[in-house]
Amino acid sequence: MNIFVFVKRVPDTESKIRINPTSTNIVFDGLNYILNPYDEYAVEEALRIKESQGGQVTVFSVGPDEAQAILKKCLAMGADEAVLIKDESEELYDGWRTARIIVAALQQHYPDFDLLLFGKQAVGDDNSQVPAMVAEMLGLPQVNVVTKLEIQGSQGVAYREIEGAHEKVVFSLPAVISAQKGLNEPRYETLRGIMAAKRRQIPVLPLEQLGLTEEEIKPKVAVVKVEAPPPRKAGQVIDEEITEAVKKLVAFLHEEAKVI
Amino acid sequence: MILVFGEIRDGQLKKASLEALSTARRVGETSGLKVGAVIVGSLTEETKESFQRCGADIIYCLSHPLLGSYSSSGYSNALAQLVTEENPEALLLAATAMGRDLAPRLAARLRVGLASDCVRLELKEGVFEAVRPIFAGKAFLTVQASSSPFLATLRPNVFPVVEKASSSLEVEERKVDLDEDMVKERVEEIIRGEQEELDITEAEIVISGGRGMKGAENFQLLRELSALLPQSAIGASRSAVDAGWIDHQHQVGQTGKTVSPTLYMAFGISGAIQHLAGMSSSKYIVAVNKDPEAPIFKVADFGVVGDLFEVIPHLKEELKKFKS
Ligand SMILES: Cc1cc2nc3c(=O)[nH]c(=O)nc-3n(C[C@H](O)[C@H](O)[C@H](O)COP(=O)(O)OP(=O)(O)OC[C@H]3O[C@@H](n4cnc5c(N)ncnc54)[C@H](O)[C@@H]3O)c2cc1C
Ligand SMILES: Nc1ncnc2c1ncn2[C@@H]1O[C@H](COP(=O)(O)O)[C@@H](O)[C@H]1O
Repeated sequence: MNIFVFVKRVPDTESKIRINPTSTNIVFDGLNYILNPYDEYAVEEALRIKESQGGQVTVFSVGPDEAQAILKKCLAMGADEAVLIKDESEELYDGWRTARIIVAALQQHYPDFDLLLFGKQAVGDDNSQVPAMVAEMLGLPQVNVVTKLEIQGSQGVAYREIEGAHEKVVFSLPAVISAQKGLNEPRYETLRGIMAAKRRQIPVLPLEQLGLTEEEIKPKVAVVKVEAPPPRKAGQVIDEEITEAVKKLVAFLHEEAKVI
Repeated sequence: MILVFGEIRDGQLKKASLEALSTARRVGETSGLKVGAVIVGSLTEETKESFQRCGADIIYCLSHPLLGSYSSSGYSNALAQLVTEENPEALLLAATAMGRDLAPRLAARLRVGLASDCVRLELKEGVFEAVRPIFAGKAFLTVQASSSPFLATLRPNVFPVVEKASSSLEVEERKVDLDEDMVKERVEEIIRGEQEELDITEAEIVISGGRGMKGAENFQLLRELSALLPQSAIGASRSAVDAGWIDHQHQVGQTGKTVSPTLYMAFGISGAIQHLAGMSSSKYIVAVNKDPEAPIFKVADFGVVGDLFEVIPHLKEELKKFKS
């Protein structure tokens, strides 16, 4: 089983987000980066499939040199190979462009695979676009927001989360799967893994080598402005005897929120 | 024309699709754009009436034997055929599980961009402009299409359903051209939990519990509250989910679901930034916490400082009194 996993480096979920003075993007300086939490489930799932069925796990990231840190984390978790597709552009919030780059890299350099694993969403752009776009561009089946995956030979069954239920989806390989929390519990890197990953040279595939024209990877949604969210006005906090407080709460539910 | 995808689940049209239709009507009106709805399968009288009430001028029904159950590749192929035939200016979908799965595949097929999970939409001098939260709502991004049609998914519960009937309504059946290898995945079964529950993304009221609930059994208290509040569902913080007190389907936050109900109630939840990410676009927030310094009070419209195990029984009593 040849499994590819796509991982993105994203700002730590606790990060304070500031807007740049020209209101065209956020300020990236000083942010602490992590492996996108959903991608961690994808890496873990790849490792589990490899452990039970044999095969090879390769992780890919499209991003700047600094993205090597998350690729090394994946190696330390147990991935066999890692590739950086080097793209120095700032976050463009455009799924099309990333998908196009991934597809070009696969078609030109890594055409043999059985399974493409993604996170269901990159925290940050919050797009949930790249996996389905890659699936369409390559003409593959897709199952997104997956909480359980079973692969047998060239057939797969995935359970995907929908409102209040799960869909059991059947498909054949090769296929695109995106991971949701609940799929598994990601392992910690071992100390030995971390030491070994440190010494690894990660191959770099520069964007220029993919022969994509500017036109092909031009973002398809134009950013007009980035701004702080509308502030919530401070409400009232009641710190008094419970019966009184609850009476006021019920009045609030009736008169203001109008839900009762 | 602005085209809206009408999502049918269990024979019922999703409310979020009517939100999208109402939005299409609102922005279309200013530029004299027609509003079309598209469904896959056959049209029931009830769905037709809903579409008419919210202002559809035309309904397209796409049919093919291979589209009996949902498939992202099959549905996106069918929709792409209609888009190619009708050339709409925009196509809107609700950002539901189906919409989020379908829209990016459709975007890639049509070679256009996609604005995901939008909370505002306008048409300004012929240009569609959408606002969408990024970094879990810590920033808001305004985008315009640089390709056509403009494709967007709209966050459920954010856009109002506005009843404004169209003067006339056409219905058109369209045959879709498909063969078996274009339908690449198949939903074999839909597996539901034991009790029929409203999903938190669709509820008017979300009643959430955190670590302060102290145990799985105490979520029963929230369920009892829920029984007294119409259209409500149970949510939870990640701590409660990680402790195994409640299933992940109920988690609100950055790695859970994003909800925008009319009322969000947080019991024993401190208000960590990752939790706020999932609920700060709620219309009203109520928090009950015994710590007056809890950060949740900074976003709450109404906060009660107190022990939730005392507050909930009182609240139940008051709600019962209020009802009678
Ligand atoms: C990558 C990442 C992703 C995350 N994603 C999410 C996410 O999606 N959703 C999420 O919720 N969290 C998420 N978190 C976790 C988040 O940081 C917090 O740890 C979590 O939200 C805390 O949950 P809590 O408020 O229930 O618990 P706590 O922070 O422990 O708060 C419990 C609160 O209950 C109050 N309390 C205790 N007893 C009572 C009582 N008897 N009556 C009234 N009040 C009482 C306490 O005063 C306290 O304020 C994430 C963290 C990381 C690192
Ligand atoms: N720059 C990137 N490099 C590698 N994988 C990515 C990148 N951006 C997105 N992905 C993958 O696509 C998933 C969904 O991302 P998005 O569509 O941006 O929300 C992520 O969880 C990753 O698995």
